[in-house]
Amino acid sequence: MIRAIDIFKSFGEQDVLKGITTEFYPAQTNLIIGRSGAGKTVLLKLLVGLLAPTSGKVFYDDVDFFALNKRQVRAIRMKVGMLFQASALFDSMTVEQNVRFPLDMFTNMTRKEKLDRVNYCLERVNLHEVNDKFPSELSGGMQKRVGIARAIVLKPKYLFCDEPNSGLDPKTAILIDELIRSITMENNITTVVNTHDMNSVMGIGDNVILLYNGEIAWRGDRDQVMESDNEVLQNFIFASPFLQQLRDSAIKK
Amino acid sequence: MFLKNFLFHLGRYVIMMRTAFYRPERVSMYYKETMRQMNDIGIGSLLIVALISIFIGAVTAVQFSYQLDGTLVPTYYIGYIVRDSTIIELAPTITCLVLAGKVGSNMAAEIGGMRQKEHIDAMEIMGVNTAGYLIMPKVVAALFVIPMLVAIAAFISIMGGYVAAVPTGLMSNAEFVQGVRSFFVPYNVTMMFVKAVVFAVLLTSVSCYQGYYVEGGSIELGKASTNAVVFSDILILLADYVIAVLLTG
Repeated sequence: MIRAIDIFKSFGEQDVLKGITTEFYPAQTNLIIGRSGAGKTVLLKLLVGLLAPTSGKVFYDDVDFFALNKRQVRAIRMKVGMLFQASALFDSMTVEQNVRFPLDMFTNMTRKEKLDRVNYCLERVNLHEVNDKFPSELSGGMQKRVGIARAIVLKPKYLFCDEPNSGLDPKTAILIDELIRSITMENNITTVVNTHDMNSVMGIGDNVILLYNGEIAWRGDRDQVMESDNEVLQNFIFASPFLQQLRDSAIKK
Repeated sequence: MFLKNFLFHLGRYVIMMRTAFYRPERVSMYYKETMRQMNDIGIGSLLIVALISIFIGAVTAVQFSYQLDGTLVPTYYIGYIVRDSTIIELAPTITCLVLAGKVGSNMAAEIGGMRQKEHIDAMEIMGVNTAGYLIMPKVVAALFVIPMLVAIAAFISIMGGYVAAVPTGLMSNAEFVQGVRSFFVPYNVTMMFVKAVVFAVLLTSVSCYQGYYVEGGSIELGKASTNAVVFSDILILLADYVIAVLLTG
């Protein structure tokens, strides 16, 4: 479990996060949703320690992350996997080298053991015969899947996904969502997904928080989303005129 | 304001360099990366260094021949001047100024690009000491390879002087060889290598610093790359003066 307690974050005069307190549970896909500029990415970067909070605490289980020294932070990070918005695959390495990188860096596995683990992870994300390809030779969806394979290669306890669906067509986006959810459930991972895709919310939102102006405006799960009369949530869901028309016609009927 | 800015960057640079030299997570990975960098810096720069060196030697020979013309200074002094000016000053300084442009800008762009594409964040989250993995191999590789390049540059430069002076009739083969062998002070070679080592550290670390902390988009990346060259060049010339004062005082 990951707990964020009373997180404030400011950049100069600008307050981006204002007292965020929430919990992210294991074996669940925990979603952070909100409009662009709501503070989702800042919160995610704070949770993984790429940014430090102005005040507040982040606990990984019972460990106060920002009270740790560098060595202890590294130990926690060995248990963390992250999928980046643009996949962040290393251009100069093949798919196999990308996925193997954490194994090369942190394990004493033999070459064969590493290859087996890499192949297992690639198969787990439904990628076959791409080991020798470079990231530039893959589609956006395939790059995301390689990103997921790399994120899970060290069997992480915590998985963070920054807008995993951005730039993907709806079908591929759903596949990626399902992949994240199934990997989360299988391995009892605490997964935190940062998204503004409503398909993701309705598909994999076990625990959802909505950020608005740096504060949590709503929290619940995917079943509660449509039933909620929270104005900020409704404005977020029905942001487009098309969806507003659908809602209005449904109400008329 | 300038002082505050200077102290900020100096402090951040020192912290980065200290972090870069923490114990590696896995020596074999750092070794591989160091070998790759040695190849990039060394083999990748050999042609340009050779090309520039040959002209440095040639121009030095022609210019001194012109200046000594009509004086009582013996002609063989041209060989002596080409050798010493090359070893003491031109080979280390010009080679490193050129490498700052070629290797330094490349390092800043490579690391800066990795920062912008979140590769550095990805490594950080894996638990990799990114300053260590990305910077230490470059600095170590440069420490070995740049002195070698400077030595090669010095040799080629003297050959350039020979080519410009002997076949063109400025002086005879015997005179040039006599000049090159006259008044040789081995300490000058030590000075050349001291300069090469100091310049190598400066140009790689400053360039890596510029790339490592790049923010924003392609314009900032371009600026970082330019700054890498400009600051490396300034520091190389400053260090050149300081070393000259210290080692000849």
